[in-house]
Amino acid sequence: MELLLAAIIVLPASGFAALLLGRLPKASAAAGAAGPLAACCLAAAPVFRALSAAPAEFLRIEWSMPFGSATMELDALGAFFLAPVLGLSALSAVYGAGYMNAHGGGRLPGWHWLCFNVLVAAMAAVCLARNALFFLAAWEIMALASFFLVASESGSKEAREASWTYMAAAHAGAAFLIPMFLLLSQGTGSLDFADFSVEPGSATASLCFALALIGFGSKAGIMPLHVWLPEAHPAAPSHVSALMSGVMIKTGIYGLVRVLTMLGPPPTWWGFALIALGAASGVMGVLLALAQHDLKRLLAYHSIENIGIIVMGLGLWILGVSTGHPAMAALGFAGALLHVVNHAVFKGLLFMGAGSVLTGAGTRDVEKLGGLLKRMPATGAAFLVGAAAICGLPPLNGFVSEFLVFLGSLDGAANGGPLPAVLAAAVILSLALIAGLASACFAKAFGIVFLGEPRTPEAAASRESGALMTAPMAILSILCFAIGIGGFAAVQAAEPVVLSVCGPGSGGVIEAASRSLAGAATAFGVLIALAVLLAVLRKVLLFRRESGQAGTWDCGYAAPSAKMQYTASSFAQPLADFFGHFLGQRKHFVPPNGYFPKESSLETETPDRCLDGFYVPAFRAGRAVLSKFLVLQQGRIQIYVLYLVLTLLVLLIWKLGF
Amino acid sequence: MNPDAIANVAMGLALAPLLFGVINRVKAVFAGRRGQPLLQPYFDVVKLLGKGAVYSRTTTWVFRAGPVVGLASALAALCVVPFGGERALIGFEGDLLLFAGLFGLMRFFTVCAALDTGSAFEGMGASREVQFSALAEPALLLGLAAAARRTGCMSLSGLFEEASGMDPAAALPVFSLAAMAVFIVFLCENARIPVDDPNTHLELTMIHEVMVLDHSGPDFAFITYGAAVKMWVLGALFAGLAVPFRTGIHWLDAALAVAFMFAVAAATGVVESTMARLRLLRVPHLLAGACALSAVAYVLLLR
Amino acid sequence: MAAWIEILMILLILLDMVLPGLSRLSACVRAAALQGVLLGVLTLLANFDALTPRVAVLAGLSMAVKGFLFPVLLERAMKGAGVRKEVEPFVGYVTSIAACVAMLAVSLLLGQRLPLPDGGQGMPLAVPAAIMTMLTGLFIVVSRRKAVSQVVGYLTFENGIYAFGVVAVGEVNALVELGVLLDIFVAVFVMGIAIYQINREFDHIDADHLSMLRG
Repeated sequence: MELLLAAIIVLPASGFAALLLGRLPKASAAAGAAGPLAACCLAAAPVFRALSAAPAEFLRIEWSMPFGSATMELDALGAFFLAPVLGLSALSAVYGAGYMNAHGGGRLPGWHWLCFNVLVAAMAAVCLARNALFFLAAWEIMALASFFLVASESGSKEAREASWTYMAAAHAGAAFLIPMFLLLSQGTGSLDFADFSVEPGSATASLCFALALIGFGSKAGIMPLHVWLPEAHPAAPSHVSALMSGVMIKTGIYGLVRVLTMLGPPPTWWGFALIALGAASGVMGVLLALAQHDLKRLLAYHSIENIGIIVMGLGLWILGVSTGHPAMAALGFAGALLHVVNHAVFKGLLFMGAGSVLTGAGTRDVEKLGGLLKRMPATGAAFLVGAAAICGLPPLNGFVSEFLVFLGSLDGAANGGPLPAVLAAAVILSLALIAGLASACFAKAFGIVFLGEPRTPEAAASRESGALMTAPMAILSILCFAIGIGGFAAVQAAEPVVLSVCGPGSGGVIEAASRSLAGAATAFGVLIALAVLLAVLRKVLLFRRESGQAGTWDCGYAAPSAKMQYTASSFAQPLADFFGHFLGQRKHFVPPNGYFPKESSLETETPDRCLDGFYVPAFRAGRAVLSKFLVLQQGRIQIYVLYLVLTLLVLLIWKLGF
Repeated sequence: MNPDAIANVAMGLALAPLLFGVINRVKAVFAGRRGQPLLQPYFDVVKLLGKGAVYSRTTTWVFRAGPVVGLASALAALCVVPFGGERALIGFEGDLLLFAGLFGLMRFFTVCAALDTGSAFEGMGASREVQFSALAEPALLLGLAAAARRTGCMSLSGLFEEASGMDPAAALPVFSLAAMAVFIVFLCENARIPVDDPNTHLELTMIHEVMVLDHSGPDFAFITYGAAVKMWVLGALFAGLAVPFRTGIHWLDAALAVAFMFAVAAATGVVESTMARLRLLRVPHLLAGACALSAVAYVLLLR
Repeated sequence: MAAWIEILMILLILLDMVLPGLSRLSACVRAAALQGVLLGVLTLLANFDALTPRVAVLAGLSMAVKGFLFPVLLERAMKGAGVRKEVEPFVGYVTSIAACVAMLAVSLLLGQRLPLPDGGQGMPLAVPAAIMTMLTGLFIVVSRRKAVSQVVGYLTFENGIYAFGVVAVGEVNALVELGVLLDIFVAVFVMGIAIYQINREFDHIDADHLSMLRG
């Protein structure tokens, strides 16, 4: 535990060091990036110990605050979330150093690195906190630090608006968490997690669940609480996007799981709600991603999709517990857990790739890119690995966790009663649809950005990023393969967590799943061996044979140009049209007219219906009501003091009870 | 390692291109022609393997990797699918998803290779391919889930084994509904009429064939052979679902399964000779119909 | 026998799923006719053990009327009115299919809950299939634009009632069945006339345009 404490302290310390060196951007970046690296090394030992089912480590700091003391504990569940937090932070810090240097050091490098390190420390604290007040404090610091980071990239209006949207969402979410913790502490009056208790199956428990779902769900980006995500992720610098999308939104999942473990045996409708929300987030997330032109925005919508998969896994867990299907419960939970880690790996990788593209070609608009694989071979290869992984393709890590969730739902389908079977079928359908749509989306993202011919001079002039940026991507790509092929070991690594949450009876289920994944690993071995063999065969066959170079076949057209290539919008158009009812894509079409048409244009935009259809009107209405209170705001200190005095007086009178 | 399963894989490797030969022969008979030799697909593959290759200057290593990864995943899928009452070479609980995933990998790389040429035609084909397969995958997995619910088994091998011992009347409704859904998926994934026309290479309506326009030589041989293996694998899945019953005699079961495979090929040829290709906008409807069939199979088991 | 009835019921359900998915009016008419024939076969199968001439005649009659007479009448009406062949639905194809799957699930649920005199012994799918057919008929009536489609919807609805009668009552109550059949016959007749009338007045047979007549 002391090592962990040291890790949390070293983070802000290096942040302050970076702040002091703020005049020298490179030195500042080095100092700032050193913090997460050091923290990762320091915390490695205790995290591994906690994951190997050692008894939980406990630390209690007597801190004079009103409701108890700052309590920290590292158990298997916390460690499982802490590991990706620290690992991805270290990698994105290294990447960030290269990224900030490539972008001229950023505007205020010292402040940037301070916020970055504080964000990492706050996320670690969230995973460790065992006291509601401490938890909420860490939660708020996390939100504030990331708010500054989102706003820091450029002084643009768009980034500022995005960061305000994020701030509003974060605070609205926290507003639901406070009453939830108060409800939980009702019995004993203590805010320590250990003292929390609710009557299982009571209305209070359900209310707590609903509050947790909204509060933590808004952080995680569950549909329809996701609106901040596609705004904030593109606006932030890429390593911050990687960190936010890779691990920060997972703190929402962590909170949800933590609260669910406190609420006792769940009723069935919780599982129903989780599966419904997860399926909606998954399918709608990937559909909206398909319609995006901005690379980072596309990735942000994919985060919503993956959160959907995680939430479906959690839903299977709850459903399995409440209807007495331990296998479904354990598999769903294990799948959700592993997907948390896997998503951190491949989404971190993809955001880093997008940042590298942004650095190299200067734009995030996929329609202006193309042919980057020749110019940025390392980034391109890494992005391809990440893209295949996020689609759940074998033999990469996305497959492993989706496999577990699928296996859980298949168990429900094969052995469950009518209700679990219907929900399991919903999960299977959504997973299948998500997998197909995700591979459509990433075929588009990778194919349009990296393959073909460059569509603009900027894309043609792009250059590979430096080693500081490519090395973390390489490490993450290797991890994608390692977790994919070693899926059976990854499940066993998650076993202590599953046992601690789902009960010791689920050991056999995890062993069986591990055996299944070992079977899959055999198939992966066959696949890779065959691919290598065929590649060698191809080389042998083509050895010393004439192998010509020519232009791409274009039906005999003499002067093909890069503009004739299929664009991202046209690639996505059939699917976007087919799901048009859900998407609400708007088209502005000026058709060609007459025998010698001169001008015609087609523009598509896909606004977020949740944002435009609900939040904007709701906030506008709220503002209309609240602006009536503007009368109170006079801007004179005297008046404000008067308010204070009046309030105090009223309180006093109320308390003394006339 | 099960020798029978290895024999099944070898049989698949050897006989897969013959399926194309049978289809072409059936189509020729319907059109009143004598048609090409039954072994023509083999000749094609051998000829292509002996040729050089031409590459577009636009392409990168992804274009060259496409056929290799595609064929490798089709062959891996051949190891996962059970055939003729025998267990698959590699089988485990939940291998249905691996089965679907391997085809997903094949498709992903074919599509990327197509986009690598920068050609508008191939982009168009790629776009349609991903659309149709995104809709075919739910039908396939839900149909298999229905079969899993009927038998209580979660691996393909176990599922077929369990079904072979069931009362025909009990297994028939669900299995035949799932089999119908899988047959539509079979036609879609193998780029056959009514989804795609395998004969024309350069029309705006084509899907699969237009994606591989720029491949040549050994690469194209890999693609052709990969397509044959894919057809064999999906055909084997369809055969397992449509006729789950076994005699219990090894060689007879295997022979019957092979016969059924060629009957499926002949049926495909009949479908191609008697039906027109659907309008592209109608294809998703067909696939939605396949999903509905799977859903009915599943819903019937909810009692 | 139970297994065969089960398969017949699944065919009935599949036809229910196909009906809203067909794009040609004549195909719709034929599908509904096929359903009627299937129901005749169902009557024979359900009373296979104690087949009386009365049942046989009744089944034959209903097959003849639904499988032959109605389609011919409707085809003639369509040809006479020069109806275009497309169905022109309010609700799209994929949505219709999804609605059908949902209706099937609902009918299974209802079929389990519905108290029957003999509990539908031996025919577990029969009641759900009957309810499903009725729901499909109503769905077609609600979601289709043309008058002919409406007739097809009512026909399907009647098929559902008939199927329900076969399973719930066990032996067909001739009076009820003939009464319903007569109603439908009149309905087809009236619709046929109405189709002519709408066609003459408005130059098309869009039932939708009847809304122009409101005050």
